[in-house]
Amino acid sequence: MASQYKLTVAVNGKEYQREVDPRTLLSDFLRYDLGLTGTHVGCEQGVCGACTVLLEGEAVRSCLLFAPQVDGLEIITVEGLGTIDDLHPLQEAFRDAHALQCGFCTPGFLTTLVPGLKENPHPTEEQIREAISGNLCRCTGYQHIIDAVKLAAEKLDA
Amino acid sequence: MIYKIIGKRVKRVEDPRLLTGGALFVDDVNLPEMLHAAFLRSDYAHARIKSIDTSQAAALPGVVGVFTAEDMGEDWEPGPPLVSPPPTLENVTFHSRRQVPLVKDKIRHAGEIIAVVVAESRYIAEDAVEEIQIDYEPLPAVVNLEKSLQPDSPLVHDDLDSNLAAHLVQKKGDYESAREEAELIIKRRFHLDRGAAAAMENRGLVVDWNAKDQHLMVWDATQSPIPIRNGMAARLGLRTHQVRVVAPFVGGGFGPKIMMFYAEEMVLPWLTMKLNRPVKWIEDRRENFYATTQEREQIQEVEMALSKEGRILGIKQSIIHDTGAYNPYGLTTPLNTQSHSMGGYDVKNYESELTVVFTNKTIVTPVRGAGRPQGIFVVERLLDIASRELGIDGRDLRRLNFIDPDDFPYHHQIIDQAFTELVFDSGNYLPVYKKALETIGYDRFLQEEQPRLRKEGRHVGIGVVPFIETTGVGPYEGARVAIEPSGKVSAATGVGTQGQGHMTSFAQIIAEALSVDVEDVSMVTGDTAEIHWGTGTFASRGAVVAGNAVLAAAQDVRQKVLTLASKILETPEEELELDGGLVRVADIPEQSISLGELAVLANPFRGAVEPGTEPGLESTKYFGPAYGATAFGVHALILEVDPETMMIKFLKYVTVEDCGTMLNPLIVEGQIHGGVSMGIGNSYYEKLHFDDNGQLLNASLADYLLPTSAEMPPIEVIHLNTPAPNNALGTKGVGEAGAIPVPAAFIQALENALAEYELEILETPLSPNRLFELLHKQEENQ
Repeated sequence: MASQYKLTVAVNGKEYQREVDPRTLLSDFLRYDLGLTGTHVGCEQGVCGACTVLLEGEAVRSCLLFAPQVDGLEIITVEGLGTIDDLHPLQEAFRDAHALQCGFCTPGFLTTLVPGLKENPHPTEEQIREAISGNLCRCTGYQHIIDAVKLAAEKLDA
Repeated sequence: MIYKIIGKRVKRVEDPRLLTGGALFVDDVNLPEMLHAAFLRSDYAHARIKSIDTSQAAALPGVVGVFTAEDMGEDWEPGPPLVSPPPTLENVTFHSRRQVPLVKDKIRHAGEIIAVVVAESRYIAEDAVEEIQIDYEPLPAVVNLEKSLQPDSPLVHDDLDSNLAAHLVQKKGDYESAREEAELIIKRRFHLDRGAAAAMENRGLVVDWNAKDQHLMVWDATQSPIPIRNGMAARLGLRTHQVRVVAPFVGGGFGPKIMMFYAEEMVLPWLTMKLNRPVKWIEDRRENFYATTQEREQIQEVEMALSKEGRILGIKQSIIHDTGAYNPYGLTTPLNTQSHSMGGYDVKNYESELTVVFTNKTIVTPVRGAGRPQGIFVVERLLDIASRELGIDGRDLRRLNFIDPDDFPYHHQIIDQAFTELVFDSGNYLPVYKKALETIGYDRFLQEEQPRLRKEGRHVGIGVVPFIETTGVGPYEGARVAIEPSGKVSAATGVGTQGQGHMTSFAQIIAEALSVDVEDVSMVTGDTAEIHWGTGTFASRGAVVAGNAVLAAAQDVRQKVLTLASKILETPEEELELDGGLVRVADIPEQSISLGELAVLANPFRGAVEPGTEPGLESTKYFGPAYGATAFGVHALILEVDPETMMIKFLKYVTVEDCGTMLNPLIVEGQIHGGVSMGIGNSYYEKLHFDDNGQLLNASLADYLLPTSAEMPPIEVIHLNTPAPNNALGTKGVGEAGAIPVPAAFIQALENALAEYELEILETPLSPNRLFELLHKQEENQ
């Protein structure tokens, strides 16, 4: 039985100290050890992007990281982007544009787009399609997601 | 005051929770003392098990138990048949073979479950699975459909004489006479192949048996919680009220999540009752490719007889349909193929022989389209070929053959998947077709743009394909609507929701009927504690069947409100109006009473409730259509292909859809966009590759290619409305429409783009590799 690993990590601005089996995937750590179930797991193969979280501000696949790898670092998950009463402009735009249907892939799109829009606040349609080409969605055909990003870019400008 | 909410682009009420990570999906359920199950699945597609040794697995710390078929004893039994053979047809051969909880005699497809480990964590359970020792005796696998019927083929089910699962013939009119009159007869062989639904959420369930309470709680990512509840109760010897099944937010269904009962849905309830602890199992993506049902493989030989003017005189078809290792879903999918093989055309003579075969591959049950795309594919390809051979424009051929609007309801005299006569209820096809051709700019493209692009060396082509979609079939759905003492409205229906926005679209129906705001209606779907009777979400029927039940229940509640308010306010009903939670006397607005107050008065603590009335302001109604509603649409696309790289780019994509009354246009558009993306996947990117040993070679999202945002075009959706005559909402289903015509339209455009190659493509899905092969074969021939 592997010895436990003690780690400290800040998630959505709150610091957590936990002991974990060292081979615990970051996605499982967030979802079960911390109870932050907004990050979803679609493939555990690093392809679908549903598990995307922000690690030190960069979008990463949490299913491809082990919990010990984030020791001492800062993570933002979808729960850290906004709340029901205070949605992030991107979340609002998703709702306005009907950019989600089943909602399973949505957290991964949101976390991918937040740094994306910081880097490129006025993306063209082609740039948007490129930026989210690493996130799979089976319900929407992506069109309303692209509409949402354009809408969010306007909202963030204002 | 009139509230007009049906048909509005209302933002979804469920979105804020989904957007902030606050929506419950099945893997979010975590209970104290919960155990985790992991399955040992067969690597072989066809094999006997000589021995199983679970001792090392059971000895791992943290493992609570390892179980095989033997351990289930008398509790082991195959799943229930979901759909019987068509009772309304004669001369039907049908051998029902259903999937098993744990393999007993032999393995029939790769991924079939041999043993289950239950442990304190998923990690330990999966470690233990690796420790199970199995001695297999591999057997030759049945993979190829035509070979499966040869006399020397290995048998998937040894108690049958062959791999024949079913056989039937459907006839309409007299094809042989039609053939004699024909001036052109075209005959082709088509091969259509498997694809996966690949919802972003894999399957999963959590089961919790409480022995003190004698109650089983189940969270299941299913499209049909009520039948699952009924089946689980029956299998476990419980009353239906001892079992509650909740389908929480489900991350996409697309068909396979309605298959019942998956092996896991049989094993987990048994485990929780045996171990007296909650048990969770969440499928991973690799398991999903092997163990979640798939669809689409068929070999068809189809003959079309036409007059020299292009009138279709008859169609004759033989279908070999692959059902995989078992056939719990009966003939639904291939019956749909038959129902769609005449398209929206007036075909008076049709003969179709269906042969269904068992193979050592994953079980086949409907995937979005459910057999319809295959029917549309063959009829549209044959018309494309007829157009070339007769020298008649393909558009004229379609227009000549469309069912005339005066001929509805159109009786096809064959039976459909609901075992009733296939009847197209209504439609008006020419305006939809015309709109599609205009919007895509068909003439201008052929006459100006294509020649110009060709001169530049670019290969750009156009495809326009009309299609019908049978929707809104029975048997029935129900809805319960109630006004709460708070004045808000609560409602429930039995269909589950996997992204279709039922919580909003059905709330819109209620809000309009009761003159309240959508935000004041709380619509619950997928919880068997909220409503007792129903079937599920499938076959593009939610809006039609559940929607109309919702309407009936809401209207009944409105009437109860008026009746009671009339008594309380001492005013005739005609002089009362509902507005935003109040009932008012029309000319004297100060005389009013709130819905909440009425609800309290309707459930008195003292006094007498009048005989013949019911307490409360609540109503449960059911809707069961005699036959379905047939939607119609046209997809038109322009694509460019690079014959060196085989890469495709869509330049324009237009859909014109007639699904009757829309509940919420935003949601309809979303359904079409999503359907088209699956259709594009089915055309060029998605194919499940099984080798001769029945091994799936591309069981990962890295190798089974789902369209990304980079492959998808923007899609223009135009909506026309021929209201459905047989339901009060006038609505038709649209959930699968986006996927149905795409392969046919894609191929038409591809052949047009590569016209100099004179391709005749009779297969789907294609791929860049396959296109390369076809082009080079054609180059050699030319």
